[in-house]
Amino acid sequence: MAPSAPSINSTMSSRMATPRPSSYRYKSEKRGMTYNIMLVGQSGLGRRTFLNTLCEREVISPPDAPNPETANVADPMRFDTYEVNLEEEGTRISLTVIDTPGFGDGLNNTDCFKQLQDYIEAQFDEVLVEESRIKRNRRYRDHRIHTLIYFITPTGHSLRELDIELIRRLGEYVNIIPVIGRADSLTVEELATFKQNVMRDIDYYKLPLYNFCWDESDSEALKENREIMDYTPFSVVTCDEVIDNEFGAVRVRRYPWGSIEVDDEGQCDFALLRYILLNSHIADLINFTEDVLYENYRTKKLEVGGFAEGEGGDEEDDDEEDEQVLSTSKKD
Amino acid sequence: MSAPANDVQDYVGFDTITQQMERKFLKRGFNLNVILVGESGMGKSTLVIRKTTEIAPVTQMLEENGVRVKLTIVDTPGFGDQCNNEGCWVPVIKYIKDQHAAYLERELKPNRERIIVDTRVHACLYFLNPGSRGLRPLDVEVLKRLTEVTNVIPVIAKSDSMTIEERTAFKRHIKEELAFHRIMLFPYASDDDADDDRVLNASIRELIPFAVVGSEEVIEVEGKLIRGRRHGWGVINIFDETHSDFVHLRNFMLRTHLSDLIEVTSQRHYEQFRTSQLRQIKELRAQQAAAAASGGAPPAQPQVPLSVMQHQPMTQV
Repeated sequence: MAPSAPSINSTMSSRMATPRPSSYRYKSEKRGMTYNIMLVGQSGLGRRTFLNTLCEREVISPPDAPNPETANVADPMRFDTYEVNLEEEGTRISLTVIDTPGFGDGLNNTDCFKQLQDYIEAQFDEVLVEESRIKRNRRYRDHRIHTLIYFITPTGHSLRELDIELIRRLGEYVNIIPVIGRADSLTVEELATFKQNVMRDIDYYKLPLYNFCWDESDSEALKENREIMDYTPFSVVTCDEVIDNEFGAVRVRRYPWGSIEVDDEGQCDFALLRYILLNSHIADLINFTEDVLYENYRTKKLEVGGFAEGEGGDEEDDDEEDEQVLSTSKKD
Repeated sequence: MSAPANDVQDYVGFDTITQQMERKFLKRGFNLNVILVGESGMGKSTLVIRKTTEIAPVTQMLEENGVRVKLTIVDTPGFGDQCNNEGCWVPVIKYIKDQHAAYLERELKPNRERIIVDTRVHACLYFLNPGSRGLRPLDVEVLKRLTEVTNVIPVIAKSDSMTIEERTAFKRHIKEELAFHRIMLFPYASDDDADDDRVLNASIRELIPFAVVGSEEVIEVEGKLIRGRRHGWGVINIFDETHSDFVHLRNFMLRTHLSDLIEVTSQRHYEQFRTSQLRQIKELRAQQAAAAASGGAPPAQPQVPLSVMQHQPMTQV
């Protein structure tokens, strides 16, 4: 949205719609919408190529060859952060992606859930503290996770214990969108059956996935959202290999028996998912996180007596930099 | 594979056993017992060509030109599917040892059968995860233990989602890791191998792990019937060597190395088990005799030779 000088004859509303270059809103739009996505899944399901394909660039380069010496040892789970600036249909997005290599890769994976929960809650706590400050930082960068993309192994059968536990434990803290990684290992029939089986398990175990239909106020959108939910879990095929064909650069996986273009909506749901994540539903996902998930967490925390409001103190109390718009003020 | 022998695609070739062996085995037929070890969804069931889709004990009689093979497949449901997979190999090892124990018991009977029913596991197909770049910690733990008690053949089933480059790189990494961790796979090298055996075994080792795509479905492609998997972007023909190692695996197990699998089980794995069992019994008897002689309390009960089953029992697929 390029700024334009307001004309003298413009109405009040149009003047508000096209912000002046020096306005606060324009500055925040220039920085881009803050959007945080977490990727969770066992190794080998395509998290890395998913990110690269999503951002249309090599955000994470291919790993080195595995070291035979450490084949028998699982790396502990870690949180790797990547920052990417995107522009989608005119909207700038300041995207932060947190990858979690090591999840589910060990012999005993029962600790993984607590680590993830702790991480997500820590971001909520930061906001809680910041909100409660007497003097708040207007440049505060929100790290709350707006979406968690969970990669399901394409077994073709049903959800595994790891999948069920993850969704069950984290669904109340973050919007979980399930995807089937490496979906090209399933035939057309197997994929359809698998999707059905997964949704049957989701219903049976009452697993809290992100409900696209949470906002019932807009009936048009509701209808569309119901259709979107029919695709869940989204089948995903992604890769690093880019080739040039008559339509430009495309990402393709090539097999002796044929090739699959990741953008081909007939072959997998990646294109649809990307549109949902970065265009049509970005506001919904952020709003639900802020207005519902975070608020629920805050209420619970404050009722339990985690800490009282106003305890955050002043921004000046910390050693962080504090850029002040107004003249320096003293603590009261 | 109960299709008629004149169905060319299903011809396996185990009737090529040498003349001397022929008469001996023709009358008796072979018993080949295979255990499938791998997490659910890794494609175990795609490798077993059977007519029904229900999970029921499966023993197939395969016959070609008068040679009969009774193929029994055992599945390992629940293996490696939990959040915590520590010890998930215990029931598998127990099953394998139980079969050795059953055979030993029959062999030791004063009045034993002329031909002892052989339920010993002759081959273990270990399913690797096509997504990983190499062995996972679970794989290393399990393979180390499995290779001590049976012939292990690693496979990558459902390798539909691997490109040829990925497949080659994966096989290379796996081989490096197996060598580093000193995991011994079948076929084993032996000093008295004939030259052409050595060459054959070397070519098998090159292929390991077998990247197979298996299927029960018969699909029509351009007027021809093939067995394969149909994707939106192409059809995988399981008998096409550029698509899948299925043919190589099948030839390996049911043709070139069929009798080796059985012989090695009998002469190496079973003998090892038998020796350790008999030693334990001998020591126990000695302890009891010593205790009786000294008039003291009888020794503590010996450890049960076979490990206690902790998980679900094995089911015959």
